[in-house]
Amino acid sequence: MTDAMGVCAALIAAGIQAGTALLLAALGELVLERAGVLNLGIEGIMLVGALAAFAASHAGVNPGLAVACAGGAGLCMGLLHGSVTVLLGANQVVAGLALLMLGTGISGFFGQRLIGQTAPGLDSLPVPLLADIPLAGRAFFRHDPLTYAGVLLVPSIAFILMRTTWGLALRAVGENPEAADAHGISVVKVRMLASAFAGILAGIGGAHLSLAYNQMWIERMVAGRGWIALAVVIFSCWRPYRALFGAYLFGLVGAATFRFQALGSPVSAPLLQTLPYLTTIAVLVLVAWRSRRHTMDAPAALTVPFRREERR
Amino acid sequence: MSAAAVILRRACRDLAVIAGAVGTVLLACHVVLGAAGIHGAGACAALFRESLGTRYGFSESVVKATPLMLAGLAVAVAFRMRLWNIGGEGQLYAGALAAAWVALFLPRCGIPRVMLMLPAACAAGAAWALAPGILKASLGVSEILVTLMGNYLAMLLADHLCYGPWKGSTTFGFPMSDRFPADADLPTYAGTRVHGGLAIALIGAVLLWALLWRTRWGFQVRVAGSNARAAEYAGYRIRRDVVVVMLISGALAGLAGGVEMAGVLHRLQPRFSPGYGYTAILVAWLARLHPLAIPPVALFLGMLLTGGEQLQVSAGVPSSLVDILQGLILFLALAAEAFLRRRHGEARHPELSGSPAVEGSGD
Repeated sequence: MTDAMGVCAALIAAGIQAGTALLLAALGELVLERAGVLNLGIEGIMLVGALAAFAASHAGVNPGLAVACAGGAGLCMGLLHGSVTVLLGANQVVAGLALLMLGTGISGFFGQRLIGQTAPGLDSLPVPLLADIPLAGRAFFRHDPLTYAGVLLVPSIAFILMRTTWGLALRAVGENPEAADAHGISVVKVRMLASAFAGILAGIGGAHLSLAYNQMWIERMVAGRGWIALAVVIFSCWRPYRALFGAYLFGLVGAATFRFQALGSPVSAPLLQTLPYLTTIAVLVLVAWRSRRHTMDAPAALTVPFRREERR
Repeated sequence: MSAAAVILRRACRDLAVIAGAVGTVLLACHVVLGAAGIHGAGACAALFRESLGTRYGFSESVVKATPLMLAGLAVAVAFRMRLWNIGGEGQLYAGALAAAWVALFLPRCGIPRVMLMLPAACAAGAAWALAPGILKASLGVSEILVTLMGNYLAMLLADHLCYGPWKGSTTFGFPMSDRFPADADLPTYAGTRVHGGLAIALIGAVLLWALLWRTRWGFQVRVAGSNARAAEYAGYRIRRDVVVVMLISGALAGLAGGVEMAGVLHRLQPRFSPGYGYTAILVAWLARLHPLAIPPVALFLGMLLTGGEQLQVSAGVPSSLVDILQGLILFLALAAEAFLRRRHGEARHPELSGSPAVEGSGD
């Protein structure tokens, strides 16, 4: 009995570990979509972030600063997407795909020499006292600093989004940019800041993969997590607390998949690896099914470019 | 100004945008190669030396352009209706799997197997796109994410088959199927690897153009793409058209996988596509979603892929260079289009602008 509970605790811990990158990327994307911009290139940003962090750590930079490097790399990618979609008003879907190609290419090109190398990663940081609670301690309080940071970000973002003037301005820009503009809010400025923020968080999410979750660089190591993060945002109905739940749920599916594989299952490894992607589709369908009656709460101006001189 | 002059001016402007993007990208290529420690003016020029300078290189570019044309047409027809089918890669794999199944397991039945492989590939690609289409039409589920998940599913299914049930007995332990029988091959042209799929792709381009620009149904699809509300008021059956367009798109992408099997590889291998389904998005966008512009653009990207391969072999440059260049070209094309549109006011091609997708949220 205690044995089974021990396995459960380990699985929950693994799910949280696997969910952190999803959570960070999804929170950034959630804020950006609330401002009315869709960035489909999260996968590309995460790849570049993962490589930047690993390369920095490999070069002897301390892991904390390596995470900052990943944030910086993500910032550049986010601003690139923002300048094309927000400043110029280009198609957001296609710009996101361009960012995906660019991120895949950059990380593959500059990461080739780092394949098979090792670098110091982020050590786990047990919370004093709480970490010694029998099972819960193992499940919840023995993680790396980025995991705690991700959890703490959730209430912060929820508070800023729902309870401050800044958050109100950002949501107004996502719901009705014309009205926000008439009210004196700079739509372009808000959307560029949100693009930058989403880029930073996706980059740091990538850093979690290469410094904490895997502690190595593998080409295309993000393996669809950027896309799953987009699904988490839809699952969350654009609400931060639900994003926390969704990210950990998908993390748990990923961790379980990995566990089954290690234990040796009758199903072949490639078929087992389809599980996270099948889950994603199933969750998207369920969310859509449930929202037939009440609305999805998607920001009304999502993917609509704002041009002040054009009246709708 | 006469209509012909307007069309000419637009064509010139589009060409100038593409040429500018490509020129800038070659410059960027120089910088990237320099950053990786590969210097000299030759390195970047080498990207096109092979494909423009030698018969072999040019024919290889055409070989790579063939699946790009079909998959590019698949993307174009879906994007025309603002259905963001980005699952071309998965539909291509589904088509390849079906073609391989016909070649490997169907008993001889009088007609050459290749005649059955290509329809099977079309059907499988369409089937792979059917689920996202139905989900989009009935529940409004994001086709972007569902088609993309389909890419991972199809590739993992191919992995499973190559490592397991379909693994050949004559492959020295490598994870791939046996070579298909000889009647599963498409004919090739004059000692090159260029195969009959090219003719199929070119005919496909003309047929798709005729369907979109010369039939009432095509007109409805284009209207639904440029103004969903107008299409709704006009009483078009948008939901049905969403499913039909996804089926056509999937069938074309599946066919790309089928001709790659029957024309080039002649056996199923895991991860055989160098991202044709993704490059196809770039092809379709640079061709401004116009079927007749797709073959030349696909040839250009075929050259880029061939050049990237050559650089990898001769100078050890990682093949990811091509991904970087593709991303940059797409960004520059987007930026240039958007910039020109801003300067000249109203959008000329509403379906190319940034407005949302059919029915509700674009996400």
